[in-house]
Amino acid sequence: MTAMLETVHLFKSFGALQVTDDVSLTVEEGEVHALIGPNGAGKTTLIGQITGELAPDAGEIRFAGRDITALATASRARMGLARSFQITSIFPSFTAEGNVALAVQATEKHSFRFWRPAETIERLHRPARQLLRQLGIVERADTIAAGMAHGEHRQLEIAMALATQPRMLLLDEPMAGLGLEESQAMLTLLGRLKGQYSILLIEHDMDVVFTLADRISVLVNGRVIASGDAEAIRNDPQVRVAYLGEDDEFGAPDA
Amino acid sequence: MRVSRRTLLYLALLALALAVPLLGNTYYTRFATQIAMYGMAALSVDLLLGYVGLITFGQAAFVGVGAYVAGMLTVAGVQDALIVWPAAILGAIAFALIIGALSLRTEGFQFIMVTLAFAQMVYYIAESLRSYGGDNGFTVPRRNTLAGMSLANHTVFYYVVLALLIAVMVFAARLVKSEFGMVIRGRRDNERRLAAIGFPPFRYKFAAFLIAAGIAGLSGALMTNHARFVSPAIASWQVSGQLLAMVILGSAGTLMGPIFGAAIYLVFQQVLSDYTDHWMIFFGPLIVARVLFVREGLWGMLVRALGAHEIPAPRRPVAEDRGAAE
Amino acid sequence: MTLALFIEQVFNGVQFGLMLFLMAVGVTLVFGIMRVINLAHGSLFMIGGYFLVEAYNRTHSYLLAVVIALIGVVVVGAVLEILVLRPLYSRGHLDQVLATFGLTMFFNEAVVVIWGRVPLNLAIPSFLAGHVQIFPGVNYPVYRLAITGAAIACGLLLYLLIRYTRMGALIRAGSDKREIVEALGINIGLLYTAVFGLGAALAGLAGMMTGPLLSVESGMGDPILILTLVVIVIGGSGSVRGALVGALLVGVFDTFSRVMLPRLFGLSAGSALVGMAVYVLMAVVLVFSRTGLFAAHRG
Repeated sequence: MTAMLETVHLFKSFGALQVTDDVSLTVEEGEVHALIGPNGAGKTTLIGQITGELAPDAGEIRFAGRDITALATASRARMGLARSFQITSIFPSFTAEGNVALAVQATEKHSFRFWRPAETIERLHRPARQLLRQLGIVERADTIAAGMAHGEHRQLEIAMALATQPRMLLLDEPMAGLGLEESQAMLTLLGRLKGQYSILLIEHDMDVVFTLADRISVLVNGRVIASGDAEAIRNDPQVRVAYLGEDDEFGAPDA
Repeated sequence: MRVSRRTLLYLALLALALAVPLLGNTYYTRFATQIAMYGMAALSVDLLLGYVGLITFGQAAFVGVGAYVAGMLTVAGVQDALIVWPAAILGAIAFALIIGALSLRTEGFQFIMVTLAFAQMVYYIAESLRSYGGDNGFTVPRRNTLAGMSLANHTVFYYVVLALLIAVMVFAARLVKSEFGMVIRGRRDNERRLAAIGFPPFRYKFAAFLIAAGIAGLSGALMTNHARFVSPAIASWQVSGQLLAMVILGSAGTLMGPIFGAAIYLVFQQVLSDYTDHWMIFFGPLIVARVLFVREGLWGMLVRALGAHEIPAPRRPVAEDRGAAE
Repeated sequence: MTLALFIEQVFNGVQFGLMLFLMAVGVTLVFGIMRVINLAHGSLFMIGGYFLVEAYNRTHSYLLAVVIALIGVVVVGAVLEILVLRPLYSRGHLDQVLATFGLTMFFNEAVVVIWGRVPLNLAIPSFLAGHVQIFPGVNYPVYRLAITGAAIACGLLLYLLIRYTRMGALIRAGSDKREIVEALGINIGLLYTAVFGLGAALAGLAGMMTGPLLSVESGMGDPILILTLVVIVIGGSGSVRGALVGALLVGVFDTFSRVMLPRLFGLSAGSALVGMAVYVLMAVVLVFSRTGLFAAHRG
């Protein structure tokens, strides 16, 4: 079975710093693959390469079997690779519904329509409201996004990613900055998404990771030092030292 | 049907505009025509500035292209406005294809400089056209005719220009609310996110650039008809700067604002130059002062003072006022 | 084209390019460090010329006049920075271009109020008059050689300043790490004023040197400003090295196109092409590199 997403020997350096060091990952169809690692491990750079914002120095990225290494971000999104951002990235001057409606609009072949007011187009707004309802923020539909609370922003992020009818979700720290109750709600939501979409989940919250993930990969200093199911990772000595342990030092893998 | 304050405001302004020729003095009619034409050009700048989020110092180039195309065609014997004016628009769009393809790849400071430079290029090309008067420009023997009707009468011409301005404003109003408009505004809000949901930003930026250029080209053709004269000065960066000033004097990010701004700018210019030849010595600092000390454009202030904000569509509860924010 | 003509044009091109470099350094430093777009730089160029004429008419000593005029331009620059530029540092590009555009309007009219509309003539000082044979068959004006030399000297001084002095280090640091520089207790306001003053001095100097070659009149700085911006687009904003390379490229290219194109294409078509030439060059560079050849910052 072809993996949904595959990175093949990805390399990237910034000057003398090797930020992505021979990363080969897959995300199988329907699985939740969590990527964990300490700060500075290179997760953001890796995401950037997968979404197309950064070009790798070497290696390939394949999505649903196709080589997307040279494709622009928008093209990858249109192929079904949706992303939510770690630092909230929405359209602040639009309403919540407007944000999601714009994401729905992105699935159309083109938007060179100049006459009908977008807000009257039910084809865009009905699914948008539906998604807001699913995420529990439909009462905020007409609020200007800039005025929404942080937790609501995180939900809006997910709603926008879902609105593009993706095949795969790239979720970058969806729990970031959420309080206890909100985290619970998000966890429930992610649980519902599991199985419906292939998911690459970047997270720091280990409870979430161990609850949701089918597979976990650990990224340290740009390399994947371990990859496997929750049990395997929990017991992996390198991982304990590098990430789950108390030490500051990230011991280099044994030569 | 309850009429909103905003609609009343529009109607009042329209009535005012329609009534100008009734003052009986062609001077006022001609002045109002100037306001309408520059307002149209300023509107094209605001489309890029207030909605797309691009600061262009080169819109005068497209005004100039439209003006020259109209002038050259008329001098060559083509009389009908229905041919000349669309040709002017197409000419401006053609230039915008080239200039846009090159300049839209840049951002920020770079973009401002590149648009300024390309605009100057148009200016220098116009200057070098020796058979069209070079630096001095050339006169156009008569105005175009509109479907057989002569436009020589200033009042008739004024109403035609006004009608076109209103048509452009209606088009722009629909444009910014349309699906296309949503993409454009999304790009201004967050280009990265726009790409992440699947919109390739460049083509939409480019389309908006072309549309704005077309509108500027139309205003140029009208200016040639109005003065029956065209010279390279119309394509200079100083004019580009004037258009930008008009936009912010009026209120950027609105459609009425640029028209207001054009009116203020031209009125000030007229009043000051009646006092002294050296009116620019006051006008320059006035613009500086507006930028440094005043936060809002005049249209925004007027709307706030009258409570005439835009009411959103009735099917949803009243959302926060977006007013006429800059 | 004869060899003599070629050499003469190369010299002219380099000289023009160095003038543009002096202008470009001011604009690019101000943008690179203070992130401000200053369209009034052409006015400083113009003021340099006017101050020199005025100072010379009063003192009848060229060198003294240069010094006085230079001080004058720096003072104007400093006042401008404090009154107008400072509030603009935290504002967006739009506010900056509009405010500096307003300044240009003001200055263009102010010189007319003070000196009238008739262009002023600035004579080449007698000790720099005459020609010298730089190459068999090429008699080149001493004055042009002198200002080329002066511009090169300025460039070297600038290099030394940026590389080896404290201010230079602050200039290099200030653009990226403003907060750190501030935290070190260094008066960043003073630094900015100094940088702006430096740029103003260079612009004024360029205006003074070019004065005798053109005529000193209202608006003389505007076409120079445009070319300066083209230089920065080509060279990359924020980069002094880029300013030098870009300026020399533009200077030589512009000079040669003015001479060659009318010869190759006839007067009409030729002059139209001359109008486009530099911008075509800019377009070509843009195709290859969105941010210019040596960009230190993007946008």
